[in-house]
Amino acid sequence: MREMIKMVVVLTILSFFSGGVLAYLRNSTQERIDNQVLEFVKGPAVRTIFEGAGNNPIADRFTIEDGEVERTFFVGVFDGEPRGIAFETSGKGYGGDVGLMVGINVKDNNMMGAGVTTHAETPGMGAKAKSDPSFISQFKDLGLEEPFKVTADGGSINAISGATITSRAVSAAATDAIEIYQKLKPQIDEKLMSFKK
Amino acid sequence: MAKSLTQEFVKGLWDEVPPFRLVLGLCPVLAVTKSVENGIGMGVATTFVLVGSNVLVSVLRKLIPSKVRIACFIVIIATFVTVVELVMQAFAYPLFLKLGIFIPLIVVNCIVLGRAEAFASKNGVFRSLLDALGIGVGFTLSLMALAAVRELLGTGMLTIWVTPIQIFGPSFQPFSFMVEAPGAFMALGLMLCLMNLVGKK
Repeated sequence: MREMIKMVVVLTILSFFSGGVLAYLRNSTQERIDNQVLEFVKGPAVRTIFEGAGNNPIADRFTIEDGEVERTFFVGVFDGEPRGIAFETSGKGYGGDVGLMVGINVKDNNMMGAGVTTHAETPGMGAKAKSDPSFISQFKDLGLEEPFKVTADGGSINAISGATITSRAVSAAATDAIEIYQKLKPQIDEKLMSFKK
Repeated sequence: MAKSLTQEFVKGLWDEVPPFRLVLGLCPVLAVTKSVENGIGMGVATTFVLVGSNVLVSVLRKLIPSKVRIACFIVIIATFVTVVELVMQAFAYPLFLKLGIFIPLIVVNCIVLGRAEAFASKNGVFRSLLDALGIGVGFTLSLMALAAVRELLGTGMLTIWVTPIQIFGPSFQPFSFMVEAPGAFMALGLMLCLMNLVGKK
């Protein structure tokens, strides 16, 4: 009996300390980790979209509550004016979700560009959505009126050959982004005011 | 027969070097040795966990009831692994992206549990520390050696830290299968063979 109690006590104390140490460490590294994730996962896409921006789009960001999800928007300042926003959406690809960073020009109301952030598509096929800029650059400067579709579905986006599912996922993610943008536009405009230089 | 303190450290470098002599912990050995950089990262992470868990297990060895010792060891090891994971995410995120799942998997690396069970739970703190350091450094060096062979043959380059260095000239045709999974088995097999030849008396 005594041995039994000892076992329980030792394990409890050990787990208690372990939990405490880890909780403390997590709290103290959380902010740094979040920044690192933004920098290395979303950073490259955001920087390509806002090429030539006068600010650091990773640092200039805000969040808006959209129903249950909290969305992060990156701001691109051009000539002292916050002209672009970028945020992430996702579409169902061949190997899971394809994350897409979508940049929208709020002044001209068109696409500023897009970039794939995370994906698990087949190397050499669907993975070209990220590695080959000729596909993703088709979204640049397109209008926001119509949903994006690949040519096989009656749209104007040329799919990556051999990777129609991935191309559809990217188009769907971009279309989603427009819907979200139009829904949240009043809030976005309000938040953007503070980035005027 | 009791070993001297130096022997405790040195044995991990050759006599009991984990992947080649004990043939333990092969999962990360095969998976992450695509570049020297990955090998170093994995080796250092494992060494940290080994040292931490060995010392703590040794300190607590009289308090831990023998029936639940494995559970206690795993709690200790898992704590150190999570520490490594968080620190690596915060300070070396690109490396973390490359090593990915293999960092949390250090928890089930049998070298770590093996040293806790076979050594630290029976020996003093200082000896356990030396043992962990020896095994850890040996593990790191073997990962580096294996990674160097694979990366050199597979890509013609060596990545010590972040930027790859071109070793062979442009006329070199890389054996790209060396950086794929089958190449890992080949390289490990040849390495084992070489070490057995050298160690043969």
